[in-house]
Amino acid sequence: MAGAGKAVADSRANLPFVYRQYSAEQLKQVLYKMYLIRRFEEGAEESYMRGLIHGTMHLSIGQEASAMGICMPLGEDDQITSTHRGHGHCIAKGAEVKRMFAEFFGKTTGYCKGRGGSMHIADVAKGNLGANGIVGGGIPIAVGAALSSKMMKTGKVVVSFFGDGANNEGAFHEALNMAAVWKLPVIFVCENNGYGMSTSTARSTAVKNIADRAAAYSMPGVIVNGNIFSEVAEASYKAVERARSGEGPTLIESKTYRHRGHSKSDRNRYRTKEEIEDWMSNRDPITLFENELREFGFIDDKGIEAIRSGVAQEIADGIEFAKASPSPDVSETGNYVYTEQA
Amino acid sequence: MDAMVRELSYAQAIQEAMAIAMDMDERVFLMGEDIGVYGGAFQVTGDLVERYGTERVIDTPISELGGAGVAVGAAVTGMRPIFEFQFSDFATLAMEQIVNQAAKMRFMLGGEVSVPVVMRFPAGSGTGAAAQHSQSLEAWLGHVPGLKVIQPATPYDAKGMLLAAVADPDPVMIFEHKLLYKMKGPVPEGYYTVPIGKADIRREGRDLTIVATSIMVHKALDAAATLEAEGIDVEVIDLRTIRPMDKQSVIDSVKKTSRLMCVHEAVKTLGIGAEVSAMIAESEAFDYLDAPIVRLGGAETPIPYNPELEKATVPQVPDIISAARDLVKGVR
Ligand SMILES: Cc1ncc(C[n+]2csc(CCOP(=O)(O)OP(=O)(O)O)c2C)c(N)n1
Ligand SMILES: [Mg+2]
Repeated sequence: MAGAGKAVADSRANLPFVYRQYSAEQLKQVLYKMYLIRRFEEGAEESYMRGLIHGTMHLSIGQEASAMGICMPLGEDDQITSTHRGHGHCIAKGAEVKRMFAEFFGKTTGYCKGRGGSMHIADVAKGNLGANGIVGGGIPIAVGAALSSKMMKTGKVVVSFFGDGANNEGAFHEALNMAAVWKLPVIFVCENNGYGMSTSTARSTAVKNIADRAAAYSMPGVIVNGNIFSEVAEASYKAVERARSGEGPTLIESKTYRHRGHSKSDRNRYRTKEEIEDWMSNRDPITLFENELREFGFIDDKGIEAIRSGVAQEIADGIEFAKASPSPDVSETGNYVYTEQA
Repeated sequence: MDAMVRELSYAQAIQEAMAIAMDMDERVFLMGEDIGVYGGAFQVTGDLVERYGTERVIDTPISELGGAGVAVGAAVTGMRPIFEFQFSDFATLAMEQIVNQAAKMRFMLGGEVSVPVVMRFPAGSGTGAAAQHSQSLEAWLGHVPGLKVIQPATPYDAKGMLLAAVADPDPVMIFEHKLLYKMKGPVPEGYYTVPIGKADIRREGRDLTIVATSIMVHKALDAAATLEAEGIDVEVIDLRTIRPMDKQSVIDSVKKTSRLMCVHEAVKTLGIGAEVSAMIAESEAFDYLDAPIVRLGGAETPIPYNPELEKATVPQVPDIISAARDLVKGVR
């Protein structure tokens, strides 16, 4: 989603960052993808309820602006590491939903050929080095990818997504320190949705803001409203520029909320219905972005309708593709353990 | 036995054991991720936080290394922590504290301290949780002198062995197969212990000894029932403790049946079955063997997500049946 058009109409001069920076077509594409993430997860959820998908899954519904905003200034060659709540990151970085559905259905056409499922969804070709089943597991890996970028002079920027809960793992602290010492082109994005499973940040974390941790590692710590696409994209844009010019890492804290439970087995006993309801009806990131697009004249109701039906079609087609795809053969259980098959 | 015996699930049995331990001893407390109001990822702690409060049922941040270390430190200094890992896979993040500290502290300090910590590890595959949430790592810890490692297979043992673990002055690691949590079985009320280091003969037989661990005990018993109809009489030994291992029970059984099969879910190579086999090869039972020892274990692969592949990576009842037939018939 890179390619910031510099031709900014004067009439947009007072608008928030993204409306000055990107074309109407690009912004409509963002709305399309935000819907795509939402409907993908709703589709996955429904398929799970109907027993078509096994295991568990972690939905990012409510966090779409964060995934899209962060990935907006990234180029196709840039890379990300993602989390257990990684469907949005995957789509935002350019994955096709049909191959994601196929993965969830355990099919050979899936991104991980049915071996990984939701928790390990990846799209290496598009720069997504993978979701992760281990909280904090992707953070040092992103630093390693950034080290490669520096050593191999590829110019790639790497984004590491993680949650608020992950900031209490040792890996987070060790990784940020190395990235800062070596001035690596990496951006740490903490999607703070208020909870690590059932534990609120107030009960788990000694600092008020995760971004406050940045001071300990001598890097900028930026807080954004993660439900406002433009705010997220602007912070990401600056962090990408900083990383690309060799100035080193940034920690962005994107404050957001997950509408759904932690996973499929969550009874939501650690938060109130009112709190959930408030975020859903007053701060939904898609509604907020849609309203701005409409208000600033980038789209009309017809345009929105077209996006919604386009997304619905892509989701329906994706599920059909997944259903029709073949399952791996049990004789192939040993594949991919090593690069050279025994 | 005058205690009332009820049917409890494996998870309920553990919960009851933890409650009894906390009632009996003020020093006992629970630590882990989301064990409070959430009730634990597998609802093992359930509503214990309501009964014992957040001072004794402590939600930790997502900090396995730190959390395990805090439990070790508390244990060394007089408390009796029971630390829950959300999944056994996350033991890998805490290996330092488990392997370098908990296991060795008493030894390194010349016996000046002991480390009465209990750690619980929900383990195993079968839930579609894929490669990082389905492992069976008990042999890793079984390789470390200083630790005790147990794998209760029934609700009765889950309760009795947990209470034995709490009473034990040394670090005890409990591996609980996730698919067992809902399994029901008879559990007496009140306090009792099941000794650590003692195997249990679940089924007596003449033709073949199957040494199994955890969920594989049940699969072996299922297989034995089928084999009985074919005239093959299987003895099933539930190893229960992998360190310190009850060698004598296995030796005695093999001397009786002259055939040995080991079955576990963990990867076969360098696994517990290898240890049991080598132990028998070194023992007086070796001379009694009528056939080569057979091991069934997990495939040499991480656990895949796809459900069919997932099943294919761990031994199933038909695998045990056909291996037993071949073993008894002398087919290699
Ligand atoms: C090392 C490790 N510990 C615990 C877990 C279990 N777990 C999975 S997600 C999660 C909560 C993570 O919270 P956060 O980082 O805030 O991300 P969120 O789920 O809110 O997106 C926990 C405890 C895990 N997968 N890995
Ligand atoms: Mg969170």
